[in-house]
Amino acid sequence: MAQTDINIAGVGGQGSILAGIILGTAAVTYDKKYAVQTQAYSSELRGGFAATWVIVSDDPVGFPRVTAPDILVAQAQDAVNRFAKVLKPKGLLIIDSDMIPEPPAGIERVVRVPATYTSRNELKAPVVANMIMLGALWQATHIVSREAFEKAIADFVPRGKDKLNLDAFERGARAVENQKI
Amino acid sequence: MSEARRVNTGTHFMMGNQACAEGVIAAGCGFAAGYPITPASEVFNALAKQLPKAGGTLLQTEDEISAVCTAVGASWAGLKSFTVTSGPGISLMQENIGLAVATETPLVIVDVQRLGPSTGVPSIGMAGDMVQVARGSHGDYQIIALCPESPQEMFDMTVQAFNLAEEYRVPVFVMAEGFVGHMRERVVIPDESEIRLVYRKITQGGEPLTRRDFLDPEVASMPVFGRGLKTHVTSSCHDEYGMRNLSDPDVMHRYIMTPIQKILSKRDRIVEIEADYEGAKLVLISYGVVSRASRQAAAMARAEGLKVGTLRLKTAWPFPDKEVRAAAESADFILVLENNTGQMYPYIKAESAHACKVGFLGPQVLGQIHDPQYILAKIREIMK
Repeated sequence: MAQTDINIAGVGGQGSILAGIILGTAAVTYDKKYAVQTQAYSSELRGGFAATWVIVSDDPVGFPRVTAPDILVAQAQDAVNRFAKVLKPKGLLIIDSDMIPEPPAGIERVVRVPATYTSRNELKAPVVANMIMLGALWQATHIVSREAFEKAIADFVPRGKDKLNLDAFERGARAVENQKI
Repeated sequence: MSEARRVNTGTHFMMGNQACAEGVIAAGCGFAAGYPITPASEVFNALAKQLPKAGGTLLQTEDEISAVCTAVGASWAGLKSFTVTSGPGISLMQENIGLAVATETPLVIVDVQRLGPSTGVPSIGMAGDMVQVARGSHGDYQIIALCPESPQEMFDMTVQAFNLAEEYRVPVFVMAEGFVGHMRERVVIPDESEIRLVYRKITQGGEPLTRRDFLDPEVASMPVFGRGLKTHVTSSCHDEYGMRNLSDPDVMHRYIMTPIQKILSKRDRIVEIEADYEGAKLVLISYGVVSRASRQAAAMARAEGLKVGTLRLKTAWPFPDKEVRAAAESADFILVLENNTGQMYPYIKAESAHACKVGFLGPQVLGQIHDPQYILAKIREIMK
């Protein structure tokens, strides 16, 4: 049974939870897999912690809570501080390298993605940093098909913004292409 | 005007609370009242968008007391009736849950439970209302309560709750909690033709004082306000004809006992469990989303050669006494798992302690369902 546990975390406003919902939708609706998505967030609208946990599996999911993820996608230093310690020993850490200058010591598999810089300065749209991180996640893991991801992104982003978000996804994928994982 | 599409058939990646709202609409609910509260708000928000399009009416009331009262009234107007809240709302509703019980009103109440007491933590789930829905209003009575473990069951059990409410003229609770309400998962909604719906027996004619509209253990048919029949509906002690009676002890006895017997005499048709404990020395008993941790822990224990089984209470009320007793009589140890400090535990222990040892295990951290590894450690300790 192939099952992957993923934690995507950042601070409120970065779209970490939406990224998790898109991942789950891609898996279930378009790749006919099974997935569970759960979340936690503080009550501030922006700036408090926000996190989602997604389990993607070929079979129905039993226990739905993620206790030790295989992958942590961290969009803020706070996310690393909170969640990196429970990453599995051989787990993969994907960080927004603009927000997290130095990953914590002891994690061997780290992917660095300049998501904040790219979204702000190249795409002129800071809100798509989460899509850049999803593109990086896809490139690093192929956890669901690219086609499924693209359809799920189109389901959730505002009408007319598909191209911008898919472009962001592509840039995230490219940022990982030459990194050793 | 063509009837709006009621059933959102298909495979979805859907939040539990949304699946609940889809169930409300699929069940043919005609009236929903409520007051938004975390972690239940998504149910009401979805219904605000969808229910009017499906031909139903939604009312946001000034509070939960008004919500449940309005739902009781709408039910007597002949509509399948609904309200949704969380623990603090249930606390407010208690007096009128008793009204619904006393007047034998079909009603569905979804409780997306959260961490309490008091306002507690809105966004964190905990099975904190398991006893208060059954025993929280004054007097003596029986309700029905179902415990979903997944977004899929948020849909399935909501439909089932309407069917049970209509069949038995009783308030039926869906005891979700924040974790499963906010969880997204694969939800399969069947074709409309595959969803079985139950409608109450409706009184068609007859004079007041000659019609037995109440207190029938086989479930009395129910008149509908606005269709010409006169009837008297009172929360005070009444007889089979709905006549208030505060003097005859026999009537008082029947006023309490008949609605209770109505449920308990049908308990074999109402109570549902999932049993997987053949040959097990230790049986884990749980309900709701904790059952998913329980099954996982049992599978891990079996992989180590330990004889561990599971019993899941899909129905919490009426209490599955016989089913718990059967598990206890086949095992050496019952371990009860709940996401609280042991609300159903005394009821389970009362049916088990004559036959085997019984213990309780809450989660490591209340509000966070048990880690299967933590359950496994406890199993090893018990079975060594």
